[in-house]
Amino acid sequence: MMDAILLQILNGLDKGSAYALIALGLTLIFGTLGVVNFAHGALFMIGAFCAVTLQRILSLSFDVIDPTQTDFLGNPKKIHTTYLESWLGPDIGNAILDWSVPLAIIFAIPVMILIGFAMERGLIRHFYKRPHADQILVTFGLAIVLQEIVKYFYGANPIPTPAPSAFRGSFDFGAIFGFDPNVIIYPYWRMVYFGFAAVIIAAVFAFLRFTTFGMVVRAGMADRETVGLLGIDIDKRFTLMFGLAAAVAGIAGVMYTPINSPNYHMGMDFLVLSFVVVVVGGMGSLPGAVAAGFLLGILESFASMNEIKSIIPGIDQIIIYLIAIVILLTRPRGLMGRKGVMEE
Amino acid sequence: MSNANFTRRGLLKSSAVAGAGLAMPTIFTGAAWSFTNEPTAGTVTLGFNVPQTGPYADEGMDELRAYQLAVEHLNGEGDGGMLSTFSSKALDGAGILGNKVAFVTGDTQTKSDAARASAKSMIEKDGAIMISGGSSSGVAVAVQGLCQEAGIIFMAGLTHSNDTTGKDKKANGFRHFFNAYMSGAALAPVLEKAYGKDRKAYHLTADYTWGWTQQESIQKATEAIGWQTVNNVMTPLASTDFSSYITPVLQSGADVLILNHYGGNMVNSLTQAVQFGLRDKMVNGKQFEIVVPLYSELMAKGAGKNIEGVFGSTNWSWKLQDEGTKAFVKSFGTKYGFPPSNAAQTCYAQTLLYADAVSRAKSFNPCAVVEALQGDSSSLPGIDSAANKGFLFDGLGNGQTLYRAADHQCFKDVLVMKGKENPENEYDALEIVEVTPVKQVWYEPDNPMFAGGNLGECNPGA
Repeated sequence: MMDAILLQILNGLDKGSAYALIALGLTLIFGTLGVVNFAHGALFMIGAFCAVTLQRILSLSFDVIDPTQTDFLGNPKKIHTTYLESWLGPDIGNAILDWSVPLAIIFAIPVMILIGFAMERGLIRHFYKRPHADQILVTFGLAIVLQEIVKYFYGANPIPTPAPSAFRGSFDFGAIFGFDPNVIIYPYWRMVYFGFAAVIIAAVFAFLRFTTFGMVVRAGMADRETVGLLGIDIDKRFTLMFGLAAAVAGIAGVMYTPINSPNYHMGMDFLVLSFVVVVVGGMGSLPGAVAAGFLLGILESFASMNEIKSIIPGIDQIIIYLIAIVILLTRPRGLMGRKGVMEE
Repeated sequence: MSNANFTRRGLLKSSAVAGAGLAMPTIFTGAAWSFTNEPTAGTVTLGFNVPQTGPYADEGMDELRAYQLAVEHLNGEGDGGMLSTFSSKALDGAGILGNKVAFVTGDTQTKSDAARASAKSMIEKDGAIMISGGSSSGVAVAVQGLCQEAGIIFMAGLTHSNDTTGKDKKANGFRHFFNAYMSGAALAPVLEKAYGKDRKAYHLTADYTWGWTQQESIQKATEAIGWQTVNNVMTPLASTDFSSYITPVLQSGADVLILNHYGGNMVNSLTQAVQFGLRDKMVNGKQFEIVVPLYSELMAKGAGKNIEGVFGSTNWSWKLQDEGTKAFVKSFGTKYGFPPSNAAQTCYAQTLLYADAVSRAKSFNPCAVVEALQGDSSSLPGIDSAANKGFLFDGLGNGQTLYRAADHQCFKDVLVMKGKENPENEYDALEIVEVTPVKQVWYEPDNPMFAGGNLGECNPGA
């Protein structure tokens, strides 16, 4: 039993990492700009497709016709050779392709910041003064448009984006803690993902805590008007924060691709849950979002254990919402919510 | 969703026709009665209802390519494809009964209500006389029911649940694709040969009609060869992360994992099972194995290297070497640049089979078409059964095939496939392990897994 519990905690950690990273970005945007951004899941999805795009760019190839072989129609066969392979030799070329997912982080950051700027300046800015319902409608519509665009170019099926071969396979945790072998196993890449999420979360907190820029942003979150009166262009900083939140969601998506092959719908799958995470954590509270992300990820894992499902069938599908109801009934502002947020 | 305007008229007309049918020999019921969407002005319209958006959109696109090709061939354009290999010679490449074939398409979105709405619109607004398509059993069962009420022939596309020609079968509905029972019957002997009789299986099952019948079928078939079933866990169709369902597998003592998943579910659950190292483990002194009962070429592409060595089944493969397959792969490959999927083949075959039935019946009347598809009581050789009667044909890629009159299910050989170890290209992900003879996948219409349904009477509508 102990081993099963340990295993589900591990399982919850990586799902929780993704929830926490998305919820962190959502809270940043909500806290700074006061916008409920339903397109945030789409940013996660676009990040994942940055990894797919880089993989495609790296595998660009030219055809050489080999008359000795034939294809399925009996025509002479075209042999694909990637440019990378022909320029750098097969060893280096294939190694770069193998590491395309981690490399995609470098590719995704500028792309995501640009997309974030474009979204904020081009569309969302016009909705600051509008009611939350309008903001939800416009960002939700934007999310649908973005996912249809991705589907048009990449198709509806999941696209395999494997982790570097050094991180494939799994690690036997049980052996360390004295359990039987093969009982508590955990894929290497999920450990990488958890570590990565921890680093990103720490970096965002440190940035807000220890830099002047972060201090101004935090002051702006607390009292936008006063900061404005002090002669600081808070809007510009908030736009930068939107870009930062988009980048966090994007690289969370990049790193998630080896866990689940990306498809155009993955953003929506995460978005609804991430909103529950934000609400449970407390609107506008960054530590609340992170804590609630991990909490709900782990509880969701527990709920899909056979022992628990045999007592309450279907609990795995409703657990998140059940927790949200309980928390909102007992703590209406969420776990770490502040007074006055979204209560005007 | 209201279809009250069909049901009232449909009911009156079908009872009238049923009464007339009882009163006179069927030969007079053919062209003599009016029916829904009778072709006029030399054009006949077919309705292709496939998922163009949603998770099965790629399957839907491939089905649509096949339908377009079939329409071209029926109208005498292109190289004629399987028209030249089809054993029935009623089609002449001049449309259907001299009417040029046109088509309209609908988007099912892989949702039953959207599929019914698009089928209804194609029938009422576009005058479609036949509906074909579907890429999910939930959708196929819903649209089949609608066509029955509307007096339209439904030629099912990709649908694999036993229920489509089992408890939900309808007189106006026909399925060329194989089903979950056949997958189980074809896979079990191959699994026995590869993995032995003493195995403990753990099932993960998509929680809807197809998943349930697939799981029941493969459990019965594997228990018949001596395997034990350790557990069967239902997973929500919307799941994307299966890790919390996969990790308990190793603690259960099972040494085989059977994934009754399709589409994105299958890609994700298989990928994650491989990530968790299941296939590298030894359990009970045996190598741990994974089985995916229903394969599709498009899903195999999505799962990438993870499917290497994994067994599954398909309805057809472009790698078969019969004349029908070669002709179809040639025209499809030339037009689109890649080989067709088994969903494409079933849709192409269904369109030809419908057109052929109309030509043989010399009428578009649905009841005459039903009679033609039910055939002249010919039988598959080597199967001793009172139900072995129907329309026998060959040359559409699956070898000799029987459209069984008793339940409108096609009986033909089934393919057991395996993920190829070193695929040469992205279309080469699966290899044929065995062509399971039809005799081995045969079942009686009263088999408990198919019981409870009734074809009822054909409905010509109008």
